[in-house]
Amino acid sequence: MNRTTPILSVRNLKTYFLLDEGTVRAVDGVSFDVVPGQVVGIVGESGCGKSVTIKSVLRIVEEPGRIVEGEIYFRHQGQNGRDGSGANEDFVDLVPLDAHGKRMRSVRGAEIALIPQEPMAAFSPVHTIGDQLVEAILLHQGVSAGEARQRAVERLHEVGVPSPEECVNAYSWELSGGLRQRAMIAMALSCNPRLLIADEPTTAIDVTTQAQILRLLRSLQQQHNMAIIFITHDLGVIAQIADYVVVMYLGRVMETGPVDDIFHDPQHPYTKALLKSIPSVQSESQKFLPTIEGSIPHPFNRPSGCSFHPRCVEFMPDVCNRRTPIPQPINDRQSVSCFLYHDAAGED
Amino acid sequence: MDNTVENEQPLLEVKDLKKYFPIRKGFFKKTVGHVRAVDEVDLYINEGETLGLVGESGCGKTTTARCILRALDPTDGEILFRTGAGLVVDVATLPESEVRPLRREMQMIFQDPFASLNPRMNLLDIVAEPMLVIDGVKDREERTERVAELLRLVGLRPEYMQRFPHAFSGGQRQRIVIARALALNPRLVVADEPVSALDVSVQAQVLNLMLRLQEELHLTYLFVAHDLSVVKHICDRVTVMYVGKIVETAPTKKLFYQPKHPYTAALMSSVPVADPRIRSAMTPLEGDVPSPADPPSGCYFHPRCPHAVDVCSEEPPALEEISPNHYVSCHRVYELELAGIAGIPAAE
Ligand SMILES: Nc1ncnc2c1ncn2[C@@H]1O[C@H](COP(=O)(O)OP(=O)(O)OP(=O)(O)O)[C@@H](O)[C@H]1O
Ligand SMILES: Nc1ncnc2c1ncn2[C@@H]1O[C@H](COP(=O)(O)OP(=O)(O)OP(=O)(O)O)[C@@H](O)[C@H]1O
Ligand SMILES: [Mg+2]
Ligand SMILES: [Mg+2]
Repeated sequence: MNRTTPILSVRNLKTYFLLDEGTVRAVDGVSFDVVPGQVVGIVGESGCGKSVTIKSVLRIVEEPGRIVEGEIYFRHQGQNGRDGSGANEDFVDLVPLDAHGKRMRSVRGAEIALIPQEPMAAFSPVHTIGDQLVEAILLHQGVSAGEARQRAVERLHEVGVPSPEECVNAYSWELSGGLRQRAMIAMALSCNPRLLIADEPTTAIDVTTQAQILRLLRSLQQQHNMAIIFITHDLGVIAQIADYVVVMYLGRVMETGPVDDIFHDPQHPYTKALLKSIPSVQSESQKFLPTIEGSIPHPFNRPSGCSFHPRCVEFMPDVCNRRTPIPQPINDRQSVSCFLYHDAAGED
Repeated sequence: MDNTVENEQPLLEVKDLKKYFPIRKGFFKKTVGHVRAVDEVDLYINEGETLGLVGESGCGKTTTARCILRALDPTDGEILFRTGAGLVVDVATLPESEVRPLRREMQMIFQDPFASLNPRMNLLDIVAEPMLVIDGVKDREERTERVAELLRLVGLRPEYMQRFPHAFSGGQRQRIVIARALALNPRLVVADEPVSALDVSVQAQVLNLMLRLQEELHLTYLFVAHDLSVVKHICDRVTVMYVGKIVETAPTKKLFYQPKHPYTAALMSSVPVADPRIRSAMTPLEGDVPSPADPPSGCYFHPRCPHAVDVCSEEPPALEEISPNHYVSCHRVYELELAGIAGIPAAE
């Protein structure tokens, strides 16, 4: 298996919600790659389209959402292709597939697993954690019920649940936030996914539990050589977990690059401003922080041209408000959507 | 910067504060136990300073804050507040009729700017409400003038006065909440997670506003938060709570770089530093926070504490002042060498 061949390649993805009041361009031309063994962090503020992007990948976008353009190439595994030789692998574009069809269902769950943003909603309140894990294992692996139960306990043990034999008999609402999140991860891992997508898996939990979960995901990722897409609005968490970062703003990718470049040599004015505006434990206390003017526009009032231009300190009149920049590589690592770095020959 | 002035009379002094919530069961709602939400809390805040109150979910931060404002009746303890007239009153035991005039001097800012504003009232009425209810400012013109002044103070245009909350973004709404809190010239402002619900790019605006208002109006803040980077940025001193009790109170720098309680040290090592070159290497804390309805024996932290010895499970430690302004509740406080925030030298 070629390490640099992406397992997932999202190309110019556009997912819109066609509402009576207007169209929400939730995802508006997003491209990025995910390479095996890598953690790709998608970071952006509330409403920038992080969840809709990954829901598009899994083809679970709610009505009236539609993928209106773009491709989602996934390196699909054939019948007997778990040997890592790459023999039975082929790229499929997930966009034209039937969202509820057999192929898409086998991708979801068996090859790409999701830790959803609301873990409470992901578990059924009337079935035990064990039953739900067993069900997931039975669905995708040809093992007996007894064996599946054994595997469920093993999974819970693997994710650090202290007494897994008790946990299998518990209901999700009986667990603490940290345990529930671990059970959620066990569930996602139950089918040996090659790509794990975690949508804000630590946002609702405490900082010490968050540190446990981040550590757990890192070690699982190395053991299983999985790829992970990790979504968060927390730049600290991104710095701690990601290898590669995708910065989104209002449905678009502003900048992509290796985590070290994003934090130590950011190029897009939005990335720069965002990093300066967060209070850091290293920064001088009680000084006024540099701020970003204004606030995120309502999705119906998306600014013309580059959607960040009304808040941008580098705003160039008649350029940034007229045309929309497209992502351009600026060196061999980073890619930026900004007219500071390329001619105003973007799309209109 | 350590702004604490010694020997200054504190504006607020809380002594041995307790708030127990009854746990009721059965048809007759018999009390079967108590949630010790706040247990033997001691703290003080000097005039013009900011005290941070941190700790994991459920540790009693909000309950402490609400007791101080007498939004809740404490079970036991003293809440000594020095009024503008120079009198020291015990808020904990004052009759309701005498609490009312105190509301002018103590105000609260809540976490969720969306929930804390009445959607059917316009800005003028929202901001003027406390003046009408508590101060009895009957003159409409006077109120309008004062509201305009307050809106300018928090960086909103007075022309917005006739608009309703839904027309404003999260950051703007939090400005409105702050304007309302300032309507009666309070001396103590209790802010419960004031920026947690805001977008990252907007948090800095509100933090700057709070710093500026403190300077201009000589405000005193009790700042409740779970984001330690924000707390470090804005607070002079910080109190750490664990399961209803104070484990450590210290000047901010001391607390972050030279923590003396193992729980504080664990919190510090869990902070996700927004720098990929400083990845926390420390083993994060194991286990979960115990329930305040059924806390462990001795020191509540001992089951998770890597440094626990026999005495820790046998006797509860007392909060002790180990150096000026540095209070710690740990049996082993004089023996342990603990590390502060990850990767940052403990230089002072
Ligand atoms: N079912 C839906 N119907 C209409 N609009 C939607 C729907 N789901 C999402 N949107 C819109 O799409 C945009 C992107 O939403 P998305 O949930 O992807 O944001 P996000 O980046 O995940 O934000 P958060 O950090 O708050 O989770 C938003 O403007 C949102 O209002
Ligand atoms: N009205 C109430 N009745 C019973 N228990 C309560 C009540 N209010 C709070 N508690 C309990 O008291 C404890 C402390 O709660 P509190 O809201 O003060 O915590 P907190 O530190 O503010 O947490 P968070 O960070 O989640 O806001 C919790 O165990 C909570 O369940
Ligand atoms: Mg989301
Ligand atoms: Mg609270």
